[in-house]
Amino acid sequence: MTREAFERDLRRLADDVVQMGRRAGEAIHRAVEALQKRDVALAGQIIAEDDAIDAAHLELEQRCLRLLATQQPMAGDLRAIASVFAITIDLERMADHAEGISRAVKRLGSAPLVKPLVDIPHMEARIQEMLRETLEALRTHDAKRAARAAKMDDVVDELRNRVLHDLLDIMIKDPQTVPRALELLIVARHLERAADHLTNVDERIVYMVTGEMRELNV
Amino acid sequence: MDRRYRFRRGKDRGMAFLTFLCTIAVLIPLFLVLGFLVRTGASALNWDFFTRIPGAAGEPGGGMANAIAGTLLLIGLAGLFGIPVGVLGGTFLAEYPNTRLSQLTRFTADVMNGIPSIVMGLFAYVLIVLPMRHFSALSGGVALGVMLIPTVMRTTEEIIRLVPQSVREAALALGIPTWKTTVRVVIPTAAAGIVTGIMVGLARIAGETAPLLFTAFGNRFWNWNILKPVAALPLQIFAYAISPFDDWHRQAWAGALVLVTIVLIVNVAARVAAGRQVKLR
Amino acid sequence: MVQVMEVPRVDRQAAALIDHTTGIQADQVHAWFDRLHALRGISMSIAERKITAIIGPSGCGKSTFLRCLNRMHELVPGARVSGKVVMDGQDIYTPGVDPVQVRRRVGMVFQKPNPFPTMSIYENVAAGLTLAGEGDRRRRDEVVEQSLRAAALWDEVKDRLHKPGTSLSGGQQQRLCIARALAVSPEVLLMDEPASALDPASTLRIEELARELAKDITIVIVTHNMQQAARVSDFTGFFLDGQLIEFGATNDIFTRPQDRRTEDYITGRFG
Repeated sequence: MTREAFERDLRRLADDVVQMGRRAGEAIHRAVEALQKRDVALAGQIIAEDDAIDAAHLELEQRCLRLLATQQPMAGDLRAIASVFAITIDLERMADHAEGISRAVKRLGSAPLVKPLVDIPHMEARIQEMLRETLEALRTHDAKRAARAAKMDDVVDELRNRVLHDLLDIMIKDPQTVPRALELLIVARHLERAADHLTNVDERIVYMVTGEMRELNV
Repeated sequence: MDRRYRFRRGKDRGMAFLTFLCTIAVLIPLFLVLGFLVRTGASALNWDFFTRIPGAAGEPGGGMANAIAGTLLLIGLAGLFGIPVGVLGGTFLAEYPNTRLSQLTRFTADVMNGIPSIVMGLFAYVLIVLPMRHFSALSGGVALGVMLIPTVMRTTEEIIRLVPQSVREAALALGIPTWKTTVRVVIPTAAAGIVTGIMVGLARIAGETAPLLFTAFGNRFWNWNILKPVAALPLQIFAYAISPFDDWHRQAWAGALVLVTIVLIVNVAARVAAGRQVKLR
Repeated sequence: MVQVMEVPRVDRQAAALIDHTTGIQADQVHAWFDRLHALRGISMSIAERKITAIIGPSGCGKSTFLRCLNRMHELVPGARVSGKVVMDGQDIYTPGVDPVQVRRRVGMVFQKPNPFPTMSIYENVAAGLTLAGEGDRRRRDEVVEQSLRAAALWDEVKDRLHKPGTSLSGGQQQRLCIARALAVSPEVLLMDEPASALDPASTLRIEELARELAKDITIVIVTHNMQQAARVSDFTGFFLDGQLIEFGATNDIFTRPQDRRTEDYITGRFG
C-alpha cells in the first residue's frame, strides 16, 4: 500500500488531537469542580498544568508543518492537516479559559459565594456534552454531528445570559457583593468563550469533511 | 580468497592475450598482401605509369593512365545509377517498413547481394551490350551500379531507421508535411551515415573484375565516350597478368597496388564521414 | 538564509508572435490504437488563454488525448480518432481539413527536448518558417529573436545563434523547442510532460514560462507531477483508463475533488 507511513502519521495526528481535546475538557471540568468545592489548591494545579497543554499544542503544530512540508498533501489530506492545525489553537484557548476560571477561584479564596451555583454547573455540563459530540465527530469524520454539537452553543449562551441577569440583580441590591459577583461573571464568561471555541472546532470539522467553510456560530 | 582472485586475474589476462593474438592473426594476411604488393609493385610506379597508356605488346614502358581514369569513370557511372536508387529505396524501406512491397524489396536486395558478380555482368551484357552491338563504359557502369544498389539501399535503410522518431515528431508537430519531413529533416540528419554507406559500396565495386569482362571490355586507348569500351584497372591487371611479358607483370603488380590504394582511400573517407554523423542514440 | 533563485524576466514577446488564440471544445472524442480503445468519449472544454492541465496515472490516455488535439495521433499506423475537436467554431476532424494545417495552428512541445540535430540554434527556431518557404531573411531574423525572447532564451544564446542546437543544456534545449513552436505563431500550445526530463530548477523555469505565455496563448499541459499541475494550471482534468473522470478549477480539484477516484489519485493512494 502506498503512503503507509503517511497514513500512520495522519492517524496519530488525529488521535493526539482528540487526546488534547479531552485534556482541555478535563481542565474545564476540574476548574468548575474547584469552584464548587472552593478548592484553591486544585485551582493552582490547573494553572500549572496549562503549560503542558500549551506545549502539546505547539508540538501538534510542528507535526502538522512537517507533514505539509514533506508529504505534499492534497485534497482530503490537506484539509485534514490544515484543520488539525486550526483545531489545536482553539483547544489551547479552551484550556486557557480553564486556567482563567482557576484564577478566579483563587481570587475568591474562601469568601462565601453570592449565590448558589446552579447555572454555572449546567453550562459546564453542556460544554462537556458539546466536547463529547465534537470529539466523536472528529474521530468519525461526521460533519452532521459536528454541526449538531455547534448548535448546543445556543444553550450555553442562553445560560450565560441568565447568570448575568441574576448576578446583576444581586449586585444592584447589594453593592458589597460586586467583587465576588464579578468573579462569578468572569467564570461564566470563560465558559461561554470555551463553548465558542468548540464551535470553531466544529466548523473546522465540517470543512475537513466536506470542503465547505460554513459559519456555525450564528 | 586471494588465490582465487589471482587465478581469475590470470585467466583474464590470458584471454586478453589470446584475443590480441587473434587480432594479429587477422592483420597478418592484410599486411602480407600490402607488403607484397608494395614490394613487387612499387618498382613499376613512375610518372609514366600514371600518365601513359599501354604500349604495344612486348614493348616495355607505357602505363595505366587510361585504366585508372576508366576505373574512376566507371565508379562515377555506377554511382549515377546506383546512388539515387539506393538512397531513395533505402528511405522508402525505412519509412514504410512493413508493407508487402518493402518486404519484397528487402528480400530482393539481399538476394542481389549474393548473386555472383559475373552474372551481373551478363545481365548488363544482355540489357545493353547486345542491343547496342558493342561494349561500352555505360554497360559497365550499369553492371556496377546494379551491384551498388543493394549495399547502398540497406545501409541507407539502417541509418534512417536509427534517426529517432522524436526528430520526425518535432518536424511533423510544426506542421511540416510528411514528405518534406523525410527529405529536409530526416535524410540530412542521416546524411553522413548515408555517405558512409555509399563509400563502402563504391569501395566494393571499384575492384570488381568479372562484371566488366563483357561490358566495359577494356580499351588500350584513351576513351571518354561512354558508348564505347573503356579501360579499367581490374581488366588491365588481368590482361597484363596472363601475358608473357615481365614488364607487364610488374605493371600488373603496380596496378594492383594502385587499385588497393584507391579502395583504402575510399574506406578511410568513409570512416571520416561516419565520424561526422550526428549521434543518433 | 533562503537563497532566492534567479528567474529570468520574460519579455512579452509572445504577444508579438501570437496574433490569435482560441479555446478548444472536445466532444465525445474516441481514439484507438488498432483494436485498443484508448480514449472513451472525452468531452472537455479548454478555456482560451488559460492553462489546462491533464493528470492521471500512466497509460490513462492523457498523451493520446493531447495528440488528438493536433491530429498527431492518426500518424501512428493503425490509429483512429472519432468525435469532434472544435477550434474557432470549426471541427478539425471535418473531412477535407488538412491535418498539416491543423498542426501549424496547434504547436507541441515534447517530453524529451528534441532540437533538430543538424541545425544550429537559429536554424532550429526558424525551421518552421524555412521549411514552409518563408524566404525573407529579415522577417526570419525578427521572428527568431521574438521567439527566443518569448521563450526566455534570447539573452543566453544571442551571441551563439550559429552553434548547434544540441550544444545547449537540457533546460535550454526545451526552451529552444518552445521557441521553435512559437515561431510559427500557433493558436494553441500543447505541452506533453515538458519538464519531466529536466532538473528541478529548469522545471520551475519552464513553469514560469508557461504562465507567462498563457497571457497570450491557450496552453494544455499533460503532467504526471501533481504539484506541477497544481502550481501551473487554472483548470485540471483527471483521466483514468481512457475516461475523463473529473474536470474543474485547479483549486477545487486539489482541495476538494468530487470523485473518490480523483481524491485517491491526488492523495497518492494509487498510481
